[in-house]
Amino acid sequence: MDAKELKTLKKKNKIRESKTDYIYYAVCGFILFLLAVIIIYPLYYIVIASVSDPSAVVNGEVWLYPVRLTFSGYANLFNRPDVWRGYFNTLVYTLAGTAFNIALTIPAGWALSRDYLPFRRVIMPLLIITMFFGGGLVPYIAVCTALGLYQNPLIMVLGGGVSVYNVFMCKSFFQTNVPKEVLEAAQIDGAGEVRTFFDIVLPLAKSIISVMVLFYAVGHWNNYIDALIFQVDTDYWPLQTVLKALLEVSAGEGEVAAEQFLIAKQVQFTSIIIATVPILILYPMIEKHFGQGVLVGSFK
Amino acid sequence: MQNHSNTAVLTAELPADAAENEKLIEQAYEALDGTEENKPENRNKPSKWDRWKANFKRRGWILLFILPALIYVIIFCYAPMYGILIAFQDYGQGDPIIGADTVWVGFDNFSIFFSDPNFWSYFTNTFLLCFFGFVVGFPLPIIVALLLNSLRAKKVKKGLQILYYAPHFISLVVMVGMLKMIFGSDGLLDKWAGGNGLELFLKPEAFRPLFIFSGNWQDFGWSAIIYLAALSGVDPALHEAAKVDGASRFRRIFSVDLPAIAPTIVMLMILSIGNLMSCGYEKVILMQTDGNRVTSEIISTFVYNFGLGADGKPGLGTAAGLFNSVINVALLIIANFTSKKLANQSMW
Repeated sequence: MDAKELKTLKKKNKIRESKTDYIYYAVCGFILFLLAVIIIYPLYYIVIASVSDPSAVVNGEVWLYPVRLTFSGYANLFNRPDVWRGYFNTLVYTLAGTAFNIALTIPAGWALSRDYLPFRRVIMPLLIITMFFGGGLVPYIAVCTALGLYQNPLIMVLGGGVSVYNVFMCKSFFQTNVPKEVLEAAQIDGAGEVRTFFDIVLPLAKSIISVMVLFYAVGHWNNYIDALIFQVDTDYWPLQTVLKALLEVSAGEGEVAAEQFLIAKQVQFTSIIIATVPILILYPMIEKHFGQGVLVGSFK
Repeated sequence: MQNHSNTAVLTAELPADAAENEKLIEQAYEALDGTEENKPENRNKPSKWDRWKANFKRRGWILLFILPALIYVIIFCYAPMYGILIAFQDYGQGDPIIGADTVWVGFDNFSIFFSDPNFWSYFTNTFLLCFFGFVVGFPLPIIVALLLNSLRAKKVKKGLQILYYAPHFISLVVMVGMLKMIFGSDGLLDKWAGGNGLELFLKPEAFRPLFIFSGNWQDFGWSAIIYLAALSGVDPALHEAAKVDGASRFRRIFSVDLPAIAPTIVMLMILSIGNLMSCGYEKVILMQTDGNRVTSEIISTFVYNFGLGADGKPGLGTAAGLFNSVINVALLIIANFTSKKLANQSMW
């Protein structure tokens, strides 16, 4: 029955479709397809290059499919203690840092979404100003140095603790997604602010929390600069900083150097993949929460 | 004091008790200045301040939730603003911001920066990089959102969206690494061009196109989200009506879709214009080589290259950074003011 209805509907639509519309849809589809190819190809190239013979890659033979399939790049990667240490460090920074971010951001967003929040008129501009003006890089480092965070891996966890932009995103989520009736009922039942937050608001906030986890976790995972500007010891470098050093290797002189260069080249491809895959796994899992309510409204 | 706040709680929920009442009336007679509170019909009502206190007492715990974030922002955002004082000092790495032996140098750091022979080059590089980025990067997500929105196959639309967002999450290090693998020396393009080395990363004229192209590759889909959300709010009846009037799908983009997202476009345009001088250094320094420094040295990379580290000049770096952020704020205010006048739309 349903399928039949659908068929007739489709037929109807087909009759209505004008010639210009067909042209439009064809052009539109073509452009979107082209964009998809432009996005996919570089990613695809890295993947096939990572499993190809490095000399073939360097000679430009690899561009459509792997040439002389080999997994030695991945094997060589296992022999790089710096990469694995970086991986471990990044994992620690990402887990601890994201937990810290969430603990600060979600409650702040909730508090700001309540119009009975005392001093709201002072707090709001105080936060908004920081979105448009800051002290700059050097004073930021000076302040962190005063706090003992210079050359201290703790900066990798504590840096970027609150993104005001994210706080406002949470705020607008709470404003539209927590029903007033539920809060009133809780209040009548004698729940205080703390109880209300943990027992009522948090269970309703799953989607915003997962989106925040994604944003912050990606931020920590991809952070390479803090380790450099705070001169963190190489033993505590996160993966991205290790990767940056790895990618800067260039051709040396002589036979041995040439061979090492090929190995280094291949490790570059494989390390890019192992550095990116965890995020590309996390992202589609959370993507479904990118509903309207979550990402929009943060601009007001 | 304690007593007083107790009455405040009472007054919030019940009419004031007799004593309080009398006091209020007395006050009212004393100062018949016609304010809202002293009008006869308001005499028995608690004052704003009393209500505020009652609310604070009853629900003030909510402050606990914002407090950690607020403290963080004060330490990591406001303390550095205080640290701007470094711009007026002869500051050494690790010094306290104001200490016993702080050497104040007035505007010396600024004059050193402004009289740098490359100052105008940094300035125009910053502007041009952001400006070209804006010219390409601003319309692209709008076009993509409009095209995606007009797709009828919802599953295809969803799939494309997921794909288009994905590069946003790729790190800068990986992004620039990929860029070098394709466009750099020994890169794919080099081999195709005959293998004698295009050396695009050493060419000043290639820096901006590479930077902007890769930036858009990463973010056009992500930036389209906000427009897609605005488009999904368009009433389908509008499309139906336009269809009945004989408007083609292409025509409806201009008559239905674009007007619907116009406020969003204006809002983002204000923000973008406010950002016309604020290119971050994080990606630029990854792409910077001695060959392309002529175009790739912008104000923020100048701060990074000359203001940090043991042999850096923190005072000079702070001054340059401050100069940049003052311009950003000014641009934002001008953009906002203009849109307020022209489109009656403003961010605050």
